[in-house]
Amino acid sequence: MKNRLKVLRAEHSYTQEDLAEIIGVSRQTINAIEKEKFDPSLPTAFRISKLFKLPIETIFYFEET
Amino acid sequence: MKKERKKNLYTLAVWTWSWVATMAIATFGPKYIWDGHSVLTALAVSVNFVHGILMIFANRKFFNNLDELQRKIHLESLALTLGLAIVVGLSYSLLDVTNLINYDAEISNLVIFVSLSYLVLVTINTRRYL
Repeated sequence: MKNRLKVLRAEHSYTQEDLAEIIGVSRQTINAIEKEKFDPSLPTAFRISKLFKLPIETIFYFEET
Repeated sequence: MKKERKKNLYTLAVWTWSWVATMAIATFGPKYIWDGHSVLTALAVSVNFVHGILMIFANRKFFNNLDELQRKIHLESLALTLGLAIVVGLSYSLLDVTNLINYDAEISNLVIFVSLSYLVLVTINTRRYL
């Protein structure tokens, strides 16, 4: 699954540590999501969506390779 | 959340060390401290057992407080460690039963193997997500 988390985080001037603290996960988890090595759970995806005030599907999207 | 995770880790470390300490007392106490007194030995074993149970609860609390990625890392490592413990443990026991090794298979060797496997697997799995 692809995502725009890194771009959105930069637009809002959050560090990985800031975002991790707000979402309630570790910095490593934010890093793994940004690098698309790990897909977040639905609750985490919803929390990210709520924070950036964007629908989930505009942040996370499926791209067939 | 980070603060709570650190607190849980600290609690787990304290109970683990107290379990190890009570294990050492229960192991060496009868020989070096109370000269084989059976009541004191039973008491030491009971105290060690209770500390072990408390360590397990502390570990559960620590595990439940991990975030989703950390939990995945630990679950994968635990699954592999469990498989390795059964396979290697039984093979080791077979070596003893069939007299292919000329010493008794010690449970402590298996405990060391399990601990090291878990440590290595957690490190490898953590690096996979860096």
